[in-house]
Amino acid sequence: MAPLPARGCGATPVLKERGQREVFCGLTGIIWLHRKMQDAFFLVVGSRTCAHLLQSAAGVMIFAEPRFATAILEETDLAGLADAQDELDREVARLLARRPDIRQLFLVGSCPSEVIKLDLAKAAERLTRAHAPHVRVLNYSGSGIETTFTEGEDACLASMVPALPETSERALLLVGALPDVVEDQALALLSALGIDAVRCLPARRSDDTPAIGPNTVFALCQPFLGETHAALRRRGARPIPAPMPFGEEGTTQWLAAIARDFGVSAERFEAVTAAPRARARRAVAAAAETLKGRSVFFFPDSQLEIPLARFLVRECGMEAIEIGTPFLHREIAGPDLDLLPEGPVISEGQDVDLQLDRARAARADLTVCGLGLANPLEAQGLATKWSIELVFTPVHFYEQAGDLAALFARPLRRKARLKIEAAE
Amino acid sequence: MKLSVWTYEGPPHVGAMRVATGMRGLHYVLHAPQGDTYADLLFTMIERREERPPVTYTTFQARDLGADTADLFRTACRDAVERFAPQAIIVGASCTAELIQDDPGGMAETMELDIPVIALELPSYQRKENFGADETFYQIVRHLARPMERTARVSCNILGPTGLGFRHRDDVAEITSLLADMGVEVNVTAPMGASPQDLTGLGRAHFNVLLYPETAEAAARWCEKELGQPFTRIVPIGVGATRDFVAEVRALAPAATAPSEEGLRLPWYSASVDSTYLTGKRVFLFGDATHVMAMARVARDEIGFDVVGLGCYNREFARPLRALAREYGVEAIVTDDYLEVEQTIEALAPEMIMGTQMERHIGKRLGIPCAVISAPVHVQDYPARYSPVMGFEGANVLFDTLVHPLVMGLEEHLLHMFRDDFEFHDAAGPSHHGGGAARAESAGGASPPGPPEDISGKMNGADALVWLEAAERELKKIPFFVRGKARRNTEAFAAQRGVQEISVDTLYEAKAHYAR
Repeated sequence: MAPLPARGCGATPVLKERGQREVFCGLTGIIWLHRKMQDAFFLVVGSRTCAHLLQSAAGVMIFAEPRFATAILEETDLAGLADAQDELDREVARLLARRPDIRQLFLVGSCPSEVIKLDLAKAAERLTRAHAPHVRVLNYSGSGIETTFTEGEDACLASMVPALPETSERALLLVGALPDVVEDQALALLSALGIDAVRCLPARRSDDTPAIGPNTVFALCQPFLGETHAALRRRGARPIPAPMPFGEEGTTQWLAAIARDFGVSAERFEAVTAAPRARARRAVAAAAETLKGRSVFFFPDSQLEIPLARFLVRECGMEAIEIGTPFLHREIAGPDLDLLPEGPVISEGQDVDLQLDRARAARADLTVCGLGLANPLEAQGLATKWSIELVFTPVHFYEQAGDLAALFARPLRRKARLKIEAAE
Repeated sequence: MKLSVWTYEGPPHVGAMRVATGMRGLHYVLHAPQGDTYADLLFTMIERREERPPVTYTTFQARDLGADTADLFRTACRDAVERFAPQAIIVGASCTAELIQDDPGGMAETMELDIPVIALELPSYQRKENFGADETFYQIVRHLARPMERTARVSCNILGPTGLGFRHRDDVAEITSLLADMGVEVNVTAPMGASPQDLTGLGRAHFNVLLYPETAEAAARWCEKELGQPFTRIVPIGVGATRDFVAEVRALAPAATAPSEEGLRLPWYSASVDSTYLTGKRVFLFGDATHVMAMARVARDEIGFDVVGLGCYNREFARPLRALAREYGVEAIVTDDYLEVEQTIEALAPEMIMGTQMERHIGKRLGIPCAVISAPVHVQDYPARYSPVMGFEGANVLFDTLVHPLVMGLEEHLLHMFRDDFEFHDAAGPSHHGGGAARAESAGGASPPGPPEDISGKMNGADALVWLEAAERELKKIPFFVRGKARRNTEAFAAQRGVQEISVDTLYEAKAHYAR
């Protein structure tokens, strides 16, 4: 493990910008959340724009009978509010009749529904009563005016916390939707450390919904869960601060923080983690050959930017120029910021034209950005890594560390391999 | 409220983006919440554009709501004009901004910018993407074009191509070269490739070629009335329509000469013996009205298919589409609900679908081949190669497009001859589906003979038809790609005669009855 930097980024002043933001709204979270929560349906109450966004973001997946849809507001819904609630009841009843397998229904607020102040919380309560006990109806907002991209997951999980059953059991809660394969690896490692009372939020099915109480400790698997963090603390649970489990080092420190809390011996920790750590280091080393000494520039997107930059700098030998994040949650990002050597600009928020000016001036070897910017920057000769893939692909924990590094190495390898200039 | 998973069209401001992105030197300032920038990726990813769309979003957030958003709009507007130095700007609101009533048009007009400011009113809760494009282009033309002296030589404008249009890039090239071949110059092509400056010279042309009524009909009508320019009514898709289009152009420009048809291969390919097997293949068409109406003619008159149904998702064109359907003796379906389209396809059980990206997936699910003929389309339908659908080369492209998904004559014949061979068994499926489409049929073969699946989509009541085991076995011997039709025909035949049990005899009697 690389030594701690003399000075981390914890005290680096943050460049805060306001202006045009080239980011997704929180509705996008539905696209991976609905895969994880197998008996949940996400009903967006919004406009045609919302439906179009989901369709564009979901790409091909939308053709596989997905468990999400949009109740599109029409002119008549805007005219009088009382009737919008009736309309919603009718659409929900139709939906649930067609999909009897659904046990949890999320009414997801959007910009239009928030601006007209459609009370979805009240609707959720009413619909829960109407469809109890088979279906529980919850609500959260994934609107662009309130949430950025992954914050949609945060809002969703936070909406579930108050309804979790109470327990006094000493247990560990893993928070954040991980791909099943990654979640299984995490559970296996914890179990090998002797920690078996582990539950996940979100659970794969509503029957497995975790309980919570004053003896619950929780570890975040994702950095964008600020609201959920706060909601869990309100229920008496205690957080285990740790860097995010990206790369060999991140995973080890994340596990170590939990192991300390549960009093796992150093010998046992070493015995359980030695082999996967060695595997992860070997796998990362292969991709790191391409990445070593190269510079990277992050546009804000998912809040994963700080822990990913930490991984690229410390484990792959990259140099970070600017790390943009849509929102910086000090308490959660702290451990990662402390590991990140001083140097890069940390920016929160965005004025996209100004940030593009900086990115063009910096001409980083690799620019991590959204799909709206990636091709235009490539056309200007910059190698890019589109960031949304980092949210959909399994990238956490030991076995994925090599894949994670490879995601960043591939655009550089490709750029080196193509021997054709673009046609004039 | 209307429950929706797929939308054939985006909101109207996406239509406005298609116009702005197609043009040069025009900038769109869009009052919209954070998140609406998702639409950029349609252009940068699906159409693979090398530049960001010329759109500045105000991206207001919850904390800005209140008096702040108006200021935000003014700042965004001023910054955009300064940074991008456009010749003109269009300003408008997305669906959320429409609700907060900031009036972007009014605000921009009071800013005293020294370029034309064109305000857009796009009702997001009533209208959709195509309307947005049509209305935006109309407003731009209305603001910028003026009557002018005609060019000395006969010339026309090409109206309608936009960003994110289905094959617009190559259609424009094909029609431009067709017109050049006829001695007709193109004055301005718009919106695609035109600048606001170019649009001020629209009036110089003698007439307009309206390529895409969905995106430019309002502008064409305005030019007819205000600039005295007639416009073409025929969309040159297919051989017949292209020839009619040529005749229409020659009526508008008497000096124009007949174009060369050298290189046109569709008529001979379609006449050649290998195409005999295409005769009477049952096709269903769905998409935007313009493409569906034009392609129906190609399907029936130029390939020899039977059109068994057609429909469109854009209500603006419901009337002409319904009229055309009557001519073809079929029902028209006008809907933007893909479930309704799926039900119609299931009920009609066509042998091929000509549709959009959605129908391609419906076809995949039902095991019916599909050719994509209309937006919305995905990235693979913005091909690198030259692939117009208009004009004579477009007709060649269409022949290939419509025939490739089908098993061709010789191949079909071989499949008949060797249908019991291990390689041609049911589960092998049509090759272009990678074997995946035969799933439903092969599953049926493995399970004990139960009640037959009713592909007509009707509920089986007391008068339910029962397939006897032997008949069911015989049906399995029929190649999978005509089995659906055989089942359907047999059931219809049996129902007509009040027969309740279908035997092998019933099957063959039906076959004889429907033989053509």
